Amino acid sequence: MRSFTQQLLNGIFIGSIYALFALGYTLVFGVLDVLNLAHSAVFMIGAVVAYSLVALHGWSFWVAAPAAIAVAGALGLVIEYVALRPLRRRNAPPLAAMITTIALALILVALVEQAKPGGALAWLWRDGANSVKFPPHTVPNDTFHVGGVTLTASKLAILVISVILMAALGYLVRRTSAGRSLRAVAENARAARLLGVNVNRVITRTLVASSALAGLAGILFGVALSDISPYIGRDQVELRGLAVIVLGGMGSVTGTIVGGYVLGIVEVMALLAFGTNVRAGVAFLALFLMLVLRPQGLLGGAAVERV
Amino acid sequence: MDFLRQLFTDPVGFYHSHELLIAQAGINSLLALSMWVTLYSGQITLANVGFMAIGGYTSVILAIHLHSPLVVDVLAGCALAAVVSVAIGLPVLRLRGVFLAIATVGFGEALRFGVLLNLGITGKGQGLNNPAADPGALLPVWVSVAVVVYLFARLARTRTGVAWAAIREDDLAAASGAIDVARLKLAAFVIGAVVAAYAGALDAHLNFFVDPTEYAFNRAVLVLIFAVVGGTTTVAGPLVGAVLLTALPEIVRGAADYREVVYGVVLILVTVFRPEGIVSRRSFRVRAAADAS
Repeated sequence: MRSFTQQLLNGIFIGSIYALFALGYTLVFGVLDVLNLAHSAVFMIGAVVAYSLVALHGWSFWVAAPAAIAVAGALGLVIEYVALRPLRRRNAPPLAAMITTIALALILVALVEQAKPGGALAWLWRDGANSVKFPPHTVPNDTFHVGGVTLTASKLAILVISVILMAALGYLVRRTSAGRSLRAVAENARAARLLGVNVNRVITRTLVASSALAGLAGILFGVALSDISPYIGRDQVELRGLAVIVLGGMGSVTGTIVGGYVLGIVEVMALLAFGTNVRAGVAFLALFLMLVLRPQGLLGGAAVERV
Repeated sequence: MDFLRQLFTDPVGFYHSHELLIAQAGINSLLALSMWVTLYSGQITLANVGFMAIGGYTSVILAIHLHSPLVVDVLAGCALAAVVSVAIGLPVLRLRGVFLAIATVGFGEALRFGVLLNLGITGKGQGLNNPAADPGALLPVWVSVAVVVYLFARLARTRTGVAWAAIREDDLAAASGAIDVARLKLAAFVIGAVVAAYAGALDAHLNFFVDPTEYAFNRAVLVLIFAVVGGTTTVAGPLVGAVLLTALPEIVRGAADYREVVYGVVLILVTVFRPEGIVSRRSFRVRAAADAS
């Protein structure tokens, strides 16, 4: 029973990271109807930059993390100006945006993967394809024992940060004027433009926000799972992120958050019950079943508004 | 640039030093063609690598346990893929666009993690050695490519092909024109699955080994890239895309460690400047939109 509660908590922690990551996917999908497949690479860059600032340049984690989030946000601009805006201007089919964002992801992963000591990118990364972890004591790692369950400070912080951010995002989208223009563009970009919404600006902001979220999720992943490598985005969260937005009903903020936690918890339970291979399959099975049985998402129906 | 120079000045030597690459280009062409059928009918599916795995594993398993001839192995793989594709296609093909793409990714990965990594007969994720492998079988591969290209080009001109194009441009209008949209979509999906399984079986025949990492999401995306970058409005598109992109890493060998970076940059440039693909007839809708603006 103790290990069950412990695993449940682990599921909630990892679920927070899935939810944060998938929120970025959702925002962009909601606004543009495009799957931004560079999102997982931005997640990876967030973790890599934070790691490099802390481990290679001796920054305090508390300065390095915001800096890494800023870098991730700036990558949002790159995605928009390199991969998305040129296609919109040419009226390209939606598939084209998948290809350009995949290509950006390939480039980012390859750049990190090829960085070695003495290379041009040695200031960023020196471990090639290997996995590294933050130096010990990067973040306070006090542990608490509550009712036989072990809680670490870093994981608790992840939970708190995620909940605050998700609440803030929900507020931003629903109650502010920026959020209103975002929803207007999501609903109908053409009508929004006619009503004086600067569609390109909304899209740019959305990509920056979404990429910053991915960067943050990457940093938290690096802290909580002690696994930072060029492949964490591609292998750990890319498809899970898709599973989460499908569970959430594509484009719904609330649904995505719920979906993130559901996937985190279900995975941990599957791990407990059946072992590692099955755990990895669970996300995809959930995804597949969900799309076939309830394509409108867990919360479903008209109750869920799109971003 | 040595790669291209050799291709034009010394084709025989080129053939002998790049047999593996030429074979891979053939397999990739078959896969891109298998993707073409569904894309031509307006559906983005990423299940083809899953069907490729079914074809590859089935044929190797038969070769190991029954020592059956290659033809039987390959046909069995294709048949199994056809059956599975009907079972998967019936529920999934109601979905559209990105949703369909994601659901089919779900199928591919669930197959990999749920079946290939767990069953004893598939080697529990350790992969299987192929006792009947023949890495020199370039001829059957490229003959198959030629046959498939010919058949698809013919198919595109039949009523079915025209109906697929109609569904791609506007499935509601197609349905109101007495086209059985659901059945034709399923037909495209099953044909794609069979060709993918065929490619998978041939691929397994060329290599000494099948293992689950070959059939991952990345491979599925790569095949989609071949087809889309080549262009999906003609049968030649996927062929051109697969051959060029398979050779691209060799062509830019000079970039050494940064080959993948160059590959990504080329993909972006091609997609931005030719969003309909390298070989393309501009589709009606794009033309109409361009005229309107």
